[in-house]
Amino acid sequence: MPHWTLPGLTQADVAFRAEGESLEEVFRAAWEATLEVMLPAPGCLRALVRKAIELANPASDLLLFDFLQQLLFFKDSEGLLLSLVSLSIEMGPGEFRLQAEAAGEEADPARHELGTDVKAVTLHRFALRRAGGRWQATVILDV
Amino acid sequence: MALKEGRKIKDTLWEIPKSYKQGMRVPVRIYATEALLDRMDPAVFQQAANVACLPGIVGYSFCMPDGHSGYGFPIGGAAAFDPQEGVISPGGIGFDINCGMRLVATSLTWEQLAPRLEQLVDRLFAAIPAGVGGRGFVKISKDEFRAMSEQGMRWCLKQGYALAEDLERSEEAGCLAGADAAAVSERAVERGYQQIGTLGSGNHYLELQVARPENVFDRKLAEAFGIRLPNQVLIMFHCGSRGFGHQVATDYLQKFLAVQPKYGIQVLDRELACAPFRSPEGQDYFKAMKCAVNMSFVNRQVILHRIREVFGEVFGRDPMELGLHQVYDVTHNTAKLERHLVPGERRPRELLIHRKGATRAFAPGMEDLPAVYRELGQPVIIGGSMETGSYLLVGVESGAETFFTTAHGSGRAMGRHEAKRRFKGRELERQMREHGIYVRSVSAAGLAEEAGAAYKNIDEVVEATELAGLSHRVARLVPVGNIKG
Repeated sequence: MPHWTLPGLTQADVAFRAEGESLEEVFRAAWEATLEVMLPAPGCLRALVRKAIELANPASDLLLFDFLQQLLFFKDSEGLLLSLVSLSIEMGPGEFRLQAEAAGEEADPARHELGTDVKAVTLHRFALRRAGGRWQATVILDV
Repeated sequence: MALKEGRKIKDTLWEIPKSYKQGMRVPVRIYATEALLDRMDPAVFQQAANVACLPGIVGYSFCMPDGHSGYGFPIGGAAAFDPQEGVISPGGIGFDINCGMRLVATSLTWEQLAPRLEQLVDRLFAAIPAGVGGRGFVKISKDEFRAMSEQGMRWCLKQGYALAEDLERSEEAGCLAGADAAAVSERAVERGYQQIGTLGSGNHYLELQVARPENVFDRKLAEAFGIRLPNQVLIMFHCGSRGFGHQVATDYLQKFLAVQPKYGIQVLDRELACAPFRSPEGQDYFKAMKCAVNMSFVNRQVILHRIREVFGEVFGRDPMELGLHQVYDVTHNTAKLERHLVPGERRPRELLIHRKGATRAFAPGMEDLPAVYRELGQPVIIGGSMETGSYLLVGVESGAETFFTTAHGSGRAMGRHEAKRRFKGRELERQMREHGIYVRSVSAAGLAEEAGAAYKNIDEVVEATELAGLSHRVARLVPVGNIKG
């Protein structure tokens, strides 16, 4: 999924833009962008552990905020780096509902060429909008 | 001058007036030489001006000479708030609550260390987990972790990870009183309870350094702080509250966004989300933040315990025979209640001081300093890049102007993306080896991001703090060994 860094947005941290035709695509691209800060070549991950993710939020941008935090939560609480397996987002009564499955393994410097640890997803210039018929997310990660 | 709307107050002080942006309640004051100011990212001025709009801010929105753009507050930002009328903001502290520096002396000289440098760095690299997903050797239950977060370094003392003198030589004696784990989410505990004794990554590091005689600027103070030998070896490290603090900040950022309308608060950047300090939400965050502050003190203490073990093993002697006495531990991401005199007022009053990437620098005689340093002033530890060097300074009386706050590091001059484009981690490692610095890093990419050229000149930044009257140089410390995440 398309994503690229935005070097002009921050000096100390990491900023990226993610895009997609649908909400699912842009969420997936943003997850990949966040994962790649910590593991630049995520293709090396083996699907040894699977995790289910269920989230709901009335605001689509804050749903993305919650979603990216899940990646950081698994990384810190269990040492896991996870790629997305499946993802669906539905508009329920008054809120967006997300269901996803992620799979991966424990970070292991002997097997993985690790990048920089992500501390947090910030809300500084955080945005999710529809532009030119595509969804676009702007995210700054605290590293 | 990059700051077109500002005016010069003196050679190291610049002011952005309240007219710069609608809603500013106080002016912005930037401490920097003209050369440093010219190289500041213009976003710093915007961010400092946004801080100046927050309810209850007192005096000025400050930016230190190492200021660079962050999220919410600029990094190198500080602001005082009236505890009755003002707010508390996680964005004024940072996600890495109590990210801080610790400096430890040894009785070894460079000549004694040199033959064992690689062995020592390799052993430290093995003993102190660093990088993505690192977990520490301290295995405790979540309930014990909660108790630890309320007790800070006193917990370490009970567990045998600390000496009484370590507590005395730490800001707040290694424990902010009033921490309450009931204000902390289960999720925050889950993220942090296995990470005690880990370094993290990014700009976090552990460094072996040498105080060369020509780099000691104030011999009397250097000796009082424990630097007494020519080419004496010291250990400096930089890390914070890991996933625990990051989650505490994230939890309350979200809570504050939800309650701001109730309190009639609007902010110019969602990262400045805040709540009245005296509100239930504000008080809960303050209690939870203190838990993260305490966890971070414990994290650095457990790392010191490991350092002592490794030195003992490598040199075959009791670590205390090797003079491994802590000089000081300073925090640079906090909000604390302190008593200060506000310019134009007659009596000191209580203020809530936010410091984000900014160091407290108490002057000689201040009563909150431990007895051992009360007459000397507070040691201030400012970390530079891994290639250039770091400083030990001391707080001074003229620091009252910034409520006794000074810089925390050299400050980035180049973004991480650009640094990775220009430098290659393993090549940098080889070059540093040629220059006498032995580095072990988990991540080659992470190493490239931290190249010396990605940072401002630490000498310029530190000189600016001295010229501005914020802190006084004691010694410059040059790196010889480094471990990074």
